[in-house]
Amino acid sequence: MTDKKIRVLVAKPGLDGHDRGAKVVARALRDAGMEVIYTGLRQTPEMIAEAALQEDVDVVGLSVLSGAHMALAPRIMELLRSNGQSHVKVFIGGIIPDEDLVRLKEMGVTGVYGPGASTDDIIRDIKETVTG
Amino acid sequence: MTTSQDILNGNRLALARLLTKIENNAPEGRDALIELFPHTGKAHLIGVTGAPGTGKSSLVNQLALHYRKVEDKKIAILAVDPSSPFTGGAVLGDRVRMRDLSGDEKVFIRSMATRGSLGGLAQSTANMTQVFDAAGFDIVIIETVGAGQSEVDVARLAHTTLVVEAPGLGDDIQAIKAGILEIADILVVNKGDRPGVENTEKALKSMLDLAHPTEKIFRHHGKSMNVDVPKQNTNTKLWIPPIQRTISTEGVGIAELAELISKHATHLLSGEGWSSRVRIRLQVEMEALIQESLMNRFRQDISKEKYDEVFEKVFQRNISPWEAVKMLMNGRLK
Repeated sequence: MTDKKIRVLVAKPGLDGHDRGAKVVARALRDAGMEVIYTGLRQTPEMIAEAALQEDVDVVGLSVLSGAHMALAPRIMELLRSNGQSHVKVFIGGIIPDEDLVRLKEMGVTGVYGPGASTDDIIRDIKETVTG
Repeated sequence: MTTSQDILNGNRLALARLLTKIENNAPEGRDALIELFPHTGKAHLIGVTGAPGTGKSSLVNQLALHYRKVEDKKIAILAVDPSSPFTGGAVLGDRVRMRDLSGDEKVFIRSMATRGSLGGLAQSTANMTQVFDAAGFDIVIIETVGAGQSEVDVARLAHTTLVVEAPGLGDDIQAIKAGILEIADILVVNKGDRPGVENTEKALKSMLDLAHPTEKIFRHHGKSMNVDVPKQNTNTKLWIPPIQRTISTEGVGIAELAELISKHATHLLSGEGWSSRVRIRLQVEMEALIQESLMNRFRQDISKEKYDEVFEKVFQRNISPWEAVKMLMNGRLK
């Protein structure tokens, strides 16, 4: 009998130190029955991709409030791909302007969430993309 | 190429994916374990346990850094954190303290949740250490959940068990209780820069003075294990757990701790200690498998309807649980 759990890496790339949002999301995903690997602040794209590989996660959740998402997200996606993990879905939360939202989605980011997003929506979207 | 060949060749993605399969109890995981088993038995398994917040993860981080820098060993870390008893979810946060290790190809960190297990490890932890062992990691560090007094499973798995204490957690009566302190091969007093560190060391020292060094023959489910452990030669010196003070955030005492760990390995190897620990570990593992397969067989043989029917009688207090089990088992044997 197999017992599959959704594994999510929650990481904060870049230099801003605001991790409240990442912690709220980590907690919400935990309460939705997922296993959340929390890596903490100031992660480089390389560190995030390495952790995603070692932990064999289904989802990488990035929290970016520094405005550097257009530099960080593509780099992380590229590293995931070159590690053979193109199946890993990437979600981003933070301060993301509308025009970037479209570009991020074009790059293959699965979900983008701004201020005021509901954790229920995030949970639903993750469950749908991983199991659906 | 098969999964196990990939693992033996050092493919990290294959390793990560196999660990997931084993954790999920998938049949492919079990098949790979069968193929990998002949390649196991080389790694030194080091268990790290202690109360929540004593600094286990930071200590593991420093220890691994030391092994990388000074001894160039290949290190795997299995860090266990608890699953929620209500939702089954978990936040695994041990990596937060281990960021110094990232970017090193010879380090592999894996976080896992207990998924309902109570002894401080998860059910599949032992199997996951086997995969690391086969994959050629010289040292596998197993970090337990923040342990209370009786989460002692790690001592049945590891060759060397470190119990991490910190100042201010308990007095000398705590120190003579049975349980977690007993399983220590090495006692670590971490946060050595905090006030009260002398008192903690004193309490642990006096505990050791009161103790009669015993051969560590583990009891399983409260009964002595039916393991044929060779009697230690009377001239083999018994190991008295040393106490090492550390400040893991600064790396103080880490080289000394690594020295003690290697002394302990030498001590075990000089007598029967190493092999009797391995013997116990394998036997515990086999027993768990026997239980699981008997349980599966039981579920196959007894229909759910029959089970529910008998349980209903228990619930109505017509029969006792003991009689119920007797009925079910007899039904099975017919």
